[in-house]
Amino acid sequence: MMLDQSQTKAAAERLDVEPVNAARMRKPLYEKRRKIFPKRAEGRFRQFKWLVMLVTLGIYYFTPWIRWDRGPHAPDQAVLLDLASRRFYFFFIEIWPQEFFFVAGLLVMAGFGLFLVTAAVGRAWCGYACPQTVWVDLFLVVERFIEGDRNARIRLDAGPCTLEKITKRVAKHTIWLAIAVATGGAWIFYFADAPGLLKNLVTLEAPAVAYTTVAILTATTYVLGGLMREQVCTYMCPWPRIQAAMLDENSLVVTYNDWRGEPRSRHAKKAAAAGEVVGDCVDCNACVAVCPMGIDIRDGQQLECITCALCIDACDGVMDKLGRERGLISYATLSDYAENMALATDSGAKRIDPRKVRNADGGFADRVRHFDWRIIFRPRILLYFGVWSLVGLALLYALLTRERLDLNVLHDRNPQFVIESDGSVRNGYMVKVLNMIPQQRTILLTIEGMPSAVMRVSGHDPEQGRSFAVSVEPDRVTSLKVFVTLPKGRLAEAEHGFTLVAEDLSGEERDVYEASFNLPGGSTR
Amino acid sequence: MADKNKHVDEISGVETTGHEWDGIRELNNPMPRWWVYTFYATIIWAIGYAIAYPSIPLVREATKGVLGFSSRAEVAVELANAKAAQAGQLEKIASSSLQEIIADPQLQQFAVAAGESAFKVNCAQCHGSGAAGSKGFPNLNDDDWIWGGSPDEIYQTIAHGIRYAGDDETRVSEMPAFGDMLTTDEMRQTAAYVVSLTGTPSAPELVDKGKQLFADNCASCHGVDAKGNREMGAPNLADAIWLTGEGEQAVINQMKAPKHGVMPAWLPRLGDETVKQLTVFVHSLGGGE
Repeated sequence: MMLDQSQTKAAAERLDVEPVNAARMRKPLYEKRRKIFPKRAEGRFRQFKWLVMLVTLGIYYFTPWIRWDRGPHAPDQAVLLDLASRRFYFFFIEIWPQEFFFVAGLLVMAGFGLFLVTAAVGRAWCGYACPQTVWVDLFLVVERFIEGDRNARIRLDAGPCTLEKITKRVAKHTIWLAIAVATGGAWIFYFADAPGLLKNLVTLEAPAVAYTTVAILTATTYVLGGLMREQVCTYMCPWPRIQAAMLDENSLVVTYNDWRGEPRSRHAKKAAAAGEVVGDCVDCNACVAVCPMGIDIRDGQQLECITCALCIDACDGVMDKLGRERGLISYATLSDYAENMALATDSGAKRIDPRKVRNADGGFADRVRHFDWRIIFRPRILLYFGVWSLVGLALLYALLTRERLDLNVLHDRNPQFVIESDGSVRNGYMVKVLNMIPQQRTILLTIEGMPSAVMRVSGHDPEQGRSFAVSVEPDRVTSLKVFVTLPKGRLAEAEHGFTLVAEDLSGEERDVYEASFNLPGGSTR
Repeated sequence: MADKNKHVDEISGVETTGHEWDGIRELNNPMPRWWVYTFYATIIWAIGYAIAYPSIPLVREATKGVLGFSSRAEVAVELANAKAAQAGQLEKIASSSLQEIIADPQLQQFAVAAGESAFKVNCAQCHGSGAAGSKGFPNLNDDDWIWGGSPDEIYQTIAHGIRYAGDDETRVSEMPAFGDMLTTDEMRQTAAYVVSLTGTPSAPELVDKGKQLFADNCASCHGVDAKGNREMGAPNLADAIWLTGEGEQAVINQMKAPKHGVMPAWLPRLGDETVKQLTVFVHSLGGGE
């Protein structure tokens, strides 16, 4: 290196620049999950949740086993999604693929139903009926049964790896996996005859796709319900992020009423004796301990809150013990809450003073607002309910008036017509008769219009005529090749085409198809 | 200087990345652990996939992968499976007579479908994809048959062809060229008579002479009533269907220089089952007898 010393010195000036990922500010790429050990809650909402859990799990596990007699030509399972033969059975309803709009309609209803419920009572879906919530609840029951309640679980988790700990953990995960297998197993029974499939599953004769489906759903149930729990709601589910658009100031949400709770104090009596202002909250943290999401409702509304209302139960229990009114944490609307807060803080001018919401005798002042059930019947809710009902009524109407005999006709296009040796013109049609009931039927196929035309049905007697009695298989599409011939001198009759009528011989059901008739030279209808 | 750029967001209490755009800073929240693990899992999966399956393009072909997977081999397996699935039906077709196939609705349906696909590959070039033919190539939909429209006759035609040099049993017919034997006037008279059988000739006075000429020259093959003769492959001239063209001029052209179509014998190429399927398909088109 032959560089001049002074030059080197001039180049060594320090620049004001920082690396974007300097080692001193680097953080690990993932955040460790902070374990949650929800304590068992007791109370009205917990009772209600047990009931909901019983009903929803009961529906899920037992529905495929309900039998429903449909005669010899259709399965006798009440609810069955028969993908192989493209049929959906729901009790007395049978849906063919082209009627799938019923399912789409039900999904639309489910969507509006969710809006309706959320606008009225907040995230009730999340808190009570969502499968994630129900299965996590079920898994927590198992966890508590084996490892004990909150404190025992924390101790076990922090403790050394003893034989007892291993036994308990293995037992817990085994039961969890058993539940997960049962969950995945119940799912596939909706897609095949349940008793037969169960027998095949046990004897290892079921199709591979059945085992794969059970395996996948076992994995998702175990991982989502057992291991990930609240992280599913917080990180994976979009609904918490949409809910803000669904709620308004009159929606019921789980609320900590700090207008009566603050300032909180652990030594309320001492503080009160010292003349300090104390609210109802004794800062016992019962609400945090029972929360399956591990949050503190006293911090206000947050996206993690699934409004399961277990904190209400926990707090009500404490309030009962202390001899104070229930409802320090309660379902309340934002507008009521804001009113009461304004009352307690002189419209935000001062800090919360719970004495302002109480009378001299200790009861709540008349100006304190409580929930008024009439607020549920506000325009927004009525609008959701109206749309929901309209869709439902439209579906019901479509269901009650739908046809069980359908006629699909494909006019031959290659060739469009055939000239016979006597100069008459023949057209071919592929006629599909859809017999959508599980009973054999005799369908009378008749030409109306084109008085000189005769019809021939391949494979059916007589040789030709204008009316054919065709036996159609139960619950099947019967395809018939039909030839219609118009004599040479009567080609003018083709102008208005003809009507193909399919009529049930035994009933009044019928369907018609307006057919055109092609002639040479393009003079078709 | 270590913490010079360290900035903690006041509201969330989370450290920022130190980047700032118009006063807006980016929070440096860590990724959720499950997300990061999933990301790592996809990387491992990708490596495993690249080893197991054909993936890396080389000069001539891609790496084969340790599983030896190839979509071409899968197609071969699927074709073999499809063949195996049809085996029962094909055997039934091989051992049944044409009449038995047509009488069995299920077998007939299978034969029609198989025959249709064979027709599209082998026959559509001349007879058209709808089997409606064209000038010189018979329409197979109608009820006019040169060599007969019963299943056995159709089978014979497909199996051995027409005027096909390579087959001893092929159907042969030849119409003499009348250009040397009849005068132009005589041919016009004959054509007028032929057209008068189903329509109106241009000059009715020619018909009587044409009738005599027809009886002398044509009736031996086409019959006294001009209704043709299937034994000899002589077309019916008293119907609405014309193989080589309609009208007096077309008749004259055919008399002067007859055209003779050739159809190959298909039995050696396609085998008995396929010819049977083709027969049932053609028979089902609407004109079968």
